[in-house]
Amino acid sequence: MDFLNAIVAFANFVFIPGVAYGSQLALGALGVTLVYGILRFSNFAHGDTMAMGAMSAVLLTWLFQSWGISFGPLPTALLTLPFAIGFTILLLLGTDRAVYKFYRTKKAKPVILVIVSLGITFIYNGLTRFIIGADDQNFLDGERFIIRARDFKEMTGLREGLAFKTTQGITIVTAVIVVILLFWFLNKTRSGKSMRAYSDNEDLALLSGINPERVVMITWMIVAGLATIAGVLYGLDKSFKPFTYFQLLLPIFASAIVGGLGNPIGAIAGGFVIAFSEVTITYAWKKVLVYLMPDNLEPSGLVQLLSTDYKFAVSFVILLIVLLVKPTGLFKGQAV
Amino acid sequence: MKKMLLATTAAALVASSAMADGHAKEIKLGVLYGFTGPIESLTGPMAAGAELAMKEVSDSGMLLDGATVTSSRGDSGCIDNGMAVASAERLIAEGVKGIVGADCSGVTGAVLQNVAIPNGMVMISPSATSPGLTTMEDNGLFFRTSPSDAREGEVMAEVLQERGIESIALTYTNNDYGKGLADAIQSSFEAVGGEVTIVAAHEDGKADYSAEMGALASAGGDLLVVAGYLDQGGAGIIKAALDSGAWDTFGLPGGMIGDNLPKTIGPDLNGSYGQIAGSEGKGIETLIEMAGDDFDASSPYTPEAYDAAALIMMAMQKAGSMEPGDYKDHILDVANAPGTEIYPGELGKALELIKNGEDVDYVGASAVELIGPGEAAGTYRLIEVKDGENATIGFK
Repeated sequence: MDFLNAIVAFANFVFIPGVAYGSQLALGALGVTLVYGILRFSNFAHGDTMAMGAMSAVLLTWLFQSWGISFGPLPTALLTLPFAIGFTILLLLGTDRAVYKFYRTKKAKPVILVIVSLGITFIYNGLTRFIIGADDQNFLDGERFIIRARDFKEMTGLREGLAFKTTQGITIVTAVIVVILLFWFLNKTRSGKSMRAYSDNEDLALLSGINPERVVMITWMIVAGLATIAGVLYGLDKSFKPFTYFQLLLPIFASAIVGGLGNPIGAIAGGFVIAFSEVTITYAWKKVLVYLMPDNLEPSGLVQLLSTDYKFAVSFVILLIVLLVKPTGLFKGQAV
Repeated sequence: MKKMLLATTAAALVASSAMADGHAKEIKLGVLYGFTGPIESLTGPMAAGAELAMKEVSDSGMLLDGATVTSSRGDSGCIDNGMAVASAERLIAEGVKGIVGADCSGVTGAVLQNVAIPNGMVMISPSATSPGLTTMEDNGLFFRTSPSDAREGEVMAEVLQERGIESIALTYTNNDYGKGLADAIQSSFEAVGGEVTIVAAHEDGKADYSAEMGALASAGGDLLVVAGYLDQGGAGIIKAALDSGAWDTFGLPGGMIGDNLPKTIGPDLNGSYGQIAGSEGKGIETLIEMAGDDFDASSPYTPEAYDAAALIMMAMQKAGSMEPGDYKDHILDVANAPGTEIYPGELGKALELIKNGEDVDYVGASAVELIGPGEAAGTYRLIEVKDGENATIGFK
């Protein structure tokens, strides 16, 4: 019984939040890594692209709600996803046409593109605040929980409760589906193969007749999809607030770099490494250990490695170690 | 040449004193609150409260032979020291004769050190409650109509003890206010024999508090005390606690009491309780009546804001001068006994009494009684969330 209690406490406070947060980071990091692999620059505007995508989903959700459309127990925002992705695709293609294309034809150095993307960040940033405001927006409707902590306790008779939010479930399921689709696309389709070829060797790809503009366009479309889905999932699970997306940029980049920039599998692994290290290192293990240890060995302190104040420091330390020991990341990506 | 210089100087002196007389008819007071930031939902009524007192005095025509008092608002941002100092400097440049503010403790300290002391400006804060401000060197320029958090810690410890709470987990917003309050609660609660299982900071403005919640839940405790802000991380922490099923009742100190919290959290908050500086009786009732539908005078720190503005103007009358350097020494006189008790709506009468050389004891809306270096002794309103609203269940 004690063993079960320990497992439930661990699942409730570490495993489930970690998996959900990791999935959100992984989806974000995939977008960053694709841009890095194919367009060859670090896209700082990714966090705010997520905010723009999520914002359009929020606005559409309100519209749908006013029409009386709902998605049963699931959030209405999921229904709006295709339209929100469409909007984000138009936004990114428009940005590419207006800004990035100019620098690409000039064969500008990556560092210039990075600064350009920073400029785009601030424009998106301002647009989001201008349209929807800087405040928290709650756009979650439908059933909030799959399992409530109190119900779980009554059901199982355990001392510990287990809460599983609908949004956490949706996040995990959606992330799995999106990753499967992405890998199928990259490995099996002609467009996907041409993207990988372009990423491996631009000149060879050009010589073998791959149209670079088409590759760039498809990349932006996929990135728009990933960013919108990640943004909406994050917004549903926590809450939609423009500023938090800008802050999310740091853990997302940490995930992409730890996994190996330009490597999609690395981005996913990196997302989970960062998420779990943030949660586990700052977790106070007392509760779990009290259940597991015999009475005389029970810890009296909190058994907490680092105070939660240092949550963000954790991802940076991991980033530093990876860059020092293995600069290409855990999975072989391009060196930074 | 020398004569001419003397003559012009004399002329200039005469002219400037004549100008001063002319200007005495209008007195400007600064109102420095965080109209944006973590307590933005509270500052609207607070400013309206302070301005109501100014209007009352202007209408009475009794202050310094018929001066009118106008307000000039500045934004402190609540947690943005740079912004608060810039706004305070702007108020000084506009020629205010006193500042009602600032609101949050951190910015209040910054404005006091960087603007008020160098310019000799009087500040009366209705809501800065950090114990650190009690001992801060202020040249007699700083007062507050709210009590120090050290007192709130004692009150909270008593409340917890009365409710039979033996252990608490404590989380605070990572700034002067949060840290000061958390220290006060911890030491008072431990002094009455309670156990504090963990004291953990949280940052405002984050979307995700699951790591913080993991640590807090693991430490355990009968109740989670959230010394944060209701429009910020405090609400996020409560949401995370409810989501993970770690706690379902919370202890809510002053910064967490406001109508927005039950609104954002929903029915799950019912049964949580806390306390906020505030008082009962004639004063607050009169103020609520006077405010009518214009603003909610029972909103936190609004009575204190009214009182802060009233104290400045009565001290001016007592000193017979609107200069901060002259009236700062009279604030304690008008606030405390002996004298005729003055309630909201009686400011005109008070000014007349002072003019006739009589003593007044300002009670005001928040039962003002200034102690020590000029801070309120402290009555607290005990709150419990019932049916999605903050209900007052007693006073301490």
